[in-house]
Amino acid sequence: MIGKHWLLALAIISATASTSLVAQTVSSGLRGPTPLNEEGPAAPMTPLRNTTEKKVRSYPEQPPVIPHTTEGYQIDMNGNKCLSCHARARTAESQAPMVSITHFMDRDGQFLASVSPRRFFCTECHVPQNVVKPPVDNDFIDIDTLLSRAAPGGRR
Amino acid sequence: MSAADQGAPRRSWLVRLWAFVVELWDVLRRPSSVFGLGVLVFAGFVAGVVFWGGFNTALEVTNTEKFCTGCHEMRDNVFAELKPTIHFSNRSGVRASCPDCHVPHNWTDKIARKMQASKEVWGHLFGTINTREKFVDHRLELALHEWARFKANDSLECRNCHSAESMDITKQSPRASVAHQRFLFTGEKTCIDCHKGIAHHLPDMRGIPGWQ
Repeated sequence: MIGKHWLLALAIISATASTSLVAQTVSSGLRGPTPLNEEGPAAPMTPLRNTTEKKVRSYPEQPPVIPHTTEGYQIDMNGNKCLSCHARARTAESQAPMVSITHFMDRDGQFLASVSPRRFFCTECHVPQNVVKPPVDNDFIDIDTLLSRAAPGGRR
Repeated sequence: MSAADQGAPRRSWLVRLWAFVVELWDVLRRPSSVFGLGVLVFAGFVAGVVFWGGFNTALEVTNTEKFCTGCHEMRDNVFAELKPTIHFSNRSGVRASCPDCHVPHNWTDKIARKMQASKEVWGHLFGTINTREKFVDHRLELALHEWARFKANDSLECRNCHSAESMDITKQSPRASVAHQRFLFTGEKTCIDCHKGIAHHLPDMRGIPGWQ
């Protein structure tokens, strides 16, 4: 008899649990109010940031983000559009920042005459930015901010 | 036997053709004794309109995207590459189709280009670029021809739509605005110098000025 009651209770619990999961709406920044089992409308495409103004790096090793559009830029074995401005020899005409000398280094630490093949594909690390309101807040604190919070007169 | 039936032996077709040409010439070089001068002038005028109109209509038919993409060399290579670019589909719905960039709009230049295009018909008939591999092998040569043409006519086909006079640099990105003021407005460079590979994929760019 006890076994039968347990089974019934289990059935009720599982039924309510599954229905509540289906009906559950998670209001997430990325998904919006769309229920988890439904596919919401695609977000509209946003324009690319195209101000040409440098953005500060969040940490020293961060590959700088691209402050302009790169739509239709071909980067493959035939050519690299980025280097038309950012290559050493092109920077006088373009006034663009030169590709860092670290990009000339092969994996044995030897400096080559030009951009090393392993650093050729710019958009593997450097990306243009879209103009969007971030759906999720970011509470990243950079190292300078963190250090400035130290007590005055404390160890640096 | 048959020759004997007809009496005199038949002359060869070459001799008969020559006789016909001589006879036609005799008719043409003498004034008409049947038709009035007005009839001849009017008929000549009508025939002129028909032939000239027909010629230009046929010429315009060869100047359409449909005609250009009629052979698979263009459809599968350069046309396929054009499709994702801004010159094919964009916010304002204006499309630059093949002849807008590749055929001069001025009549005499157009005829000169159309005569050059007979080489392309030859290439089509003999399969110069009838596979993807052959096309890719020829891409640099083909691109060099087009770049040379744009360079020689100061990017005329670009300027049919994009004129420096009607360019509002305040509406451009800072980068574009600076570059256009420094190189385009001063005449130091022409469109194709910087804007290569905007409608089709690039060939091997080693050794091309401005490329690495």
